[in-house]
Amino acid sequence: MTTITEDRHIGSRIVKNRVFSAFVLLFSLLTISPIVLIIGTLVQKGYKQINLSFFTEIAPDTYEAMVAVQAGDVIPGGILNGISGTFLMVFMASIIAIPVGLLIGVFLYENQTKRYAGLIRDITDILQGVPSIVIGLIIYFWVVKNITNSFSALAGSTALAVMMLPLIIRSTEETLKMIPVSIREAGFALGVPYHKILFRVLMPTGLSGLMTGILLAISRVIGETAPLMLTALGSMKVNFEIDRPTSAIPLLIWEFYNDPNMVDLIWSSSLLLMILILALNIISKNIIAKRTT
Amino acid sequence: MSRNIIKVDDPVLEIKNLFVSYNKDKYAVTDVSAGIVRNKVTAIMGPSGCGKSTMLRAINRIHDLYPNIETKGEIFLNGQNTSDISTIMLRRKIGMVFQRPNPFPTMSIQENVLAGYHLNGIRLKKDEKEEIVEKSLKDVALWNEVKDSLKKKGSFLSGGQQQRLCIARALAFKPDVVLLDEPTSALDPVATKKVEELLMELREKYTILLVTHNMSQASRISDYSMFMYLGELVEYGKTKNMFINPVDTRTEEYLTGKFS
Repeated sequence: MTTITEDRHIGSRIVKNRVFSAFVLLFSLLTISPIVLIIGTLVQKGYKQINLSFFTEIAPDTYEAMVAVQAGDVIPGGILNGISGTFLMVFMASIIAIPVGLLIGVFLYENQTKRYAGLIRDITDILQGVPSIVIGLIIYFWVVKNITNSFSALAGSTALAVMMLPLIIRSTEETLKMIPVSIREAGFALGVPYHKILFRVLMPTGLSGLMTGILLAISRVIGETAPLMLTALGSMKVNFEIDRPTSAIPLLIWEFYNDPNMVDLIWSSSLLLMILILALNIISKNIIAKRTT
Repeated sequence: MSRNIIKVDDPVLEIKNLFVSYNKDKYAVTDVSAGIVRNKVTAIMGPSGCGKSTMLRAINRIHDLYPNIETKGEIFLNGQNTSDISTIMLRRKIGMVFQRPNPFPTMSIQENVLAGYHLNGIRLKKDEKEEIVEKSLKDVALWNEVKDSLKKKGSFLSGGQQQRLCIARALAFKPDVVLLDEPTSALDPVATKKVEELLMELREKYTILLVTHNMSQASRISDYSMFMYLGELVEYGKTKNMFINPVDTRTEEYLTGKFS
């Protein structure tokens, strides 16, 4: 039997290990600190404006706000026009982008090795990198100038849909790729036509992945401001006519920023937007977790 | 036809000069011709890469899904040229079971058995459904194990049960021929034994064509055997005769374990 003699450097090794672990922890904390600070600031500055009227009334005018601020009161009114506009436009954008994105994703999955599929995949990647203001500009010329002849919810939705497309396309393709080929072949071996295999076997099997992609795409565009400035413009009314200018939460934040009397509303609107995005992200994280267990 | 390959009268499947290639000049199956005997188990043996699975998959034209695979030659099902039938109708007459159990993960046990009907848009009355499910699951000796959990997902079953469920799914359409591509290679010995017993019972109603890399499995359960080597059908005959007295030296060498 031999006894183990300690390496003579063991002491310095243990110290190095501890120092390294401390650095890892330090930088991890530094990385998460911005998000904690952002949420903390928003809650701190925004909570007092969040009440029932915040969700049920439209944005106040400058005079009302000024009177309230001077008296030291909470600003009256709310951001119902922004909330309704955001929901209207995100809903319409989803109606446009989800079917188109799913079908293009299916096409890429079915033609993985083909050259034109590679081209479409590259174009999708480029589309993802196009600055959102440029997309807004293009939609301004396509829809605002030529279709609705006015700033409109339809134009805003189209811009958001274009931004959602690449995310949905790639997540659809990746999700379908993860389904074993044998599941597909089992369908074909039963004499099932292709569209039935796609809609009744492959898509249900990959449903959680497809849902995750869609939710992340929605959370990506729900806070977009630049493309909406050039397309939906904004409105002081609750608007559900798709060919009329429409407001959205991020557009209202920009408008409040330009009005010194409305500062408090900036924070509460930002808080609401942040909560919406976090909720979407948490839901999609949970879907992923369910899929992997 | 050479003396290595038996002649079959009134075959359920007749393969004539079948060639399959994955890329232009290399054939995975070369010039295979054979008739498959009705209501018997026929095993296709051979070392890995000999083209046995490739040949099997040519029969229900699964190769049509992959444009780079080229198939030449003719296959007749009950005298009808399979290239004259749509793949949809053909595959309802020729069931297939794969190497790994692959029940549809989102469907319950019952829905998996009925998948062929559901997915093909064939409407069934409630009692018809129950009858088909019970009969198919009894055929694969799974009924007693799952009759109280028909609404559960198929993926909750054990590997062997899943594979029997897949066989039930293939049988629900009452196919003429059932193709099995190494159906027990992913299963443990106990589950393998169950599947083998099942196949021997099923031959009374169905024609079974089984690819296996396991010689003893072929000798245990098959009535007829094919030996393939490098894409060629070397020998085809009654399993007993082939195992006792192989005609071709390559068959003999394979069966005596000189190569595998």
